[in-house]
Amino acid sequence: MIEVRIHGRGGQGAVIASEVLADAVFRAGSYVQSFPAFGVERRGAPVAAFLRFDDQPVRLRCQVYHPDHVMVLDPSLMQVVDVTAGLKDGGWILINSEQPPASFALPSQFRTATVDASAIAIRHRLGPQTAPIVNTAILGAFAYVTGLVKLDMLEVAVRETVPIKPDSNVAAMREAFGAVQCEGKAQP
Amino acid sequence: MVMATKVALDGAHAVSEAMRQIDPDVVAAYPITPQTAVVQRFSQFVADGRVNTEFVAVESEHAAMSACVGAAAAGGRVMTATAANGLALMWEMLYIAASMRLPIVMPVVNRALSGPLNIHCDHSDSMGARDAGWIQLYSETAQEAYDNTIQAIRIAEHADLKLPVMVMQDGFITGHGVERVEVADDKDVREFIGKYAPEHSLLDIDNPKTFGAWDMYDYYFEHKRQQTDAFSKAMPIITAVGKEFGSRFGRNYGIFDAFEMDDAEMAIIVLSSTAGTCRTVVRDMRKQGVKIGMLKLRVFRPFPAAELARALSRVRAVAVLDRSISFGAHEGAGPIFMELCSALFAAGSDAKVVDYIFGLGGRDIFPQHIEQVVHDLKEIASSGKVKSQVSYLGLRE
Repeated sequence: MIEVRIHGRGGQGAVIASEVLADAVFRAGSYVQSFPAFGVERRGAPVAAFLRFDDQPVRLRCQVYHPDHVMVLDPSLMQVVDVTAGLKDGGWILINSEQPPASFALPSQFRTATVDASAIAIRHRLGPQTAPIVNTAILGAFAYVTGLVKLDMLEVAVRETVPIKPDSNVAAMREAFGAVQCEGKAQP
Repeated sequence: MVMATKVALDGAHAVSEAMRQIDPDVVAAYPITPQTAVVQRFSQFVADGRVNTEFVAVESEHAAMSACVGAAAAGGRVMTATAANGLALMWEMLYIAASMRLPIVMPVVNRALSGPLNIHCDHSDSMGARDAGWIQLYSETAQEAYDNTIQAIRIAEHADLKLPVMVMQDGFITGHGVERVEVADDKDVREFIGKYAPEHSLLDIDNPKTFGAWDMYDYYFEHKRQQTDAFSKAMPIITAVGKEFGSRFGRNYGIFDAFEMDDAEMAIIVLSSTAGTCRTVVRDMRKQGVKIGMLKLRVFRPFPAAELARALSRVRAVAVLDRSISFGAHEGAGPIFMELCSALFAAGSDAKVVDYIFGLGGRDIFPQHIEQVVHDLKEIASSGKVKSQVSYLGLRE
C-alpha cells in the first residue's frame, strides 16, 4: 500500500489534487482511498489531504500518519507545519518552490524535489496571479519524481475531475513534469 | 449478466448516483455539512433534466421533512438527506413520518451534534433518532452506502412494512472519501426497485381518506402497537431484499457482516467505516493465532437481538465500539452496548461484554486502539473478570 499526504493552503486545490490523483491511479487499476482533513475551510489556512492506494481493497480508515511521500503546495508551510512528520525513509518531499531542493536542508533520509508550480500555474492563467491554483502542476511533478502514476492517466483524471480550463490544467501538468529539480534520482 | 461501471466516487456522490437512478417523485432537502454534496449533486441532476423529480428547496430541515410527509401522503416516492443538527431539527417530523407509515428514504451522513460546534463524524445524530420509528441501515464504504440506498426503497415500500428508512454513512471518512464504487446500470436499478404503488393516496379523490388524524386514547395506543408489529416483520424482509440484491448485483447483504467469527472466542461489534480498520487488525491478530472475530452491524433498527445472541453464543468476551454516548446511561455507555447487553441477558448468555466509546467529534481511531481492545478482551476471556465496563479509546485523560 502506498500512502501520500498533501499539504496546502485553502484555495490552492489540495483536496482536488488528492481526488485527481485518486482518479488517475484508480483508472490504472488500483484500489484507492482519498480523503481530506477538513478543519475550518477558509482561504489561506493550512489544509491536508490524504491518499492510499493498493492492488487490493483498502480497508484502513484512519488518517495517514506514516506517508510514503509528501507534497507541499506552498513553501511557507515549511515554517508552520512539520511536513516530514511520520514520513518513511526514502520518501519524497515535493515542494512548490523556485528554490533548489538543497535550500530546504531537509534530513538526508528523505529525498527532496522542487518545482516552481506557482510560476507554471500563473503562466497558464490558473487562478489569480496572487493566489495561483497549483494542484495540477504539482501532480505533474509528482508523476515525474515517483513514477507512481502515468501522465496520460493524470490527464484523463484532470479532464474528468477539474471543473474549468481542462486544456490549461493539462498543459501546466505536462510542463511541471519536465521542470522538476531533484535531490537524488527521480523514478520517471 | 448485469452491466456495471466502476468509478472513483466519494460516499456522498455515490448516494446521489443512487438517488438519480431511483428518480424519486419528490426530494425536499436543506444543505448541511457533510450531507451537502449529496443534495448539491442531485440538484444538478434535476437542473440538467436527468431525473423527473420535483425538487423542493426548503427553508429548514423541519420544512424538508414536512414537505416529504406531505408528498409521501400524496402517494409519491419521496427522499431527502441530512446530517447532525439538520436531523435534530427534523425530530418532530421524523415521528410523524413513521407513525403515518410513509416509506420515505433518507441518507444520513453521520456527524456530531453541537455543542461544542463540530462538523466531524460520530453517530450521535442517528443514534438520537433511534426510537423515532425509522429503520436504520449503516454503511462501511461508499459502495455500501450506494447499495443500501437502493435496497432501502424496497424495504421501506414493502406492503408489510411501510416504514421510513435512514441510510447512514460516516461523515467525511466515507462521505468525502473517494474510493472505488461499482455503479449498476440504470435499467437494472429501476427494475430492482420497481414502480411504487401506494396503497393510499391523498390525491386519490375517488377513495377519499383522512391522513394524520386526531387520535386520542381510544386508538393512539393501538396505532403504536401496529408500528412495533411492523418492526417485528422487518428483519426477514431486510434479509430477503439483501439476498435478492446480491443475486442480481453480486454483492450480498445480511443483517450483519460476520468476519472470522466461525471459531472466535472473542468478538468486536462495530458500525460503519471503523469496521474497515477493525478488519485489518482482526486479520493481523488471526495470523498470530488470536481467536478474535468481528461483527459489523448493518441493521441497528430493528435491533437484531436474537440473531446477535446466536452469533455470539460461543463467544466468551465481547467488546462493543460505540461512536456516541447515551448520557446518564449505565456508566455512560453507548446505545449499541445497552441493546446488546439486553439481547444477551434475554438469551441467557454469560458472555462478558464491555463498551468502548470512541471517535466522538471525528477523533481518529487507529489500529493500535483496536489492538488495545483485543488485548483487553484476551485478559477478560482468560480471567473472567471485567475491570472497566465502559472505557474510552483515544481520549486524553
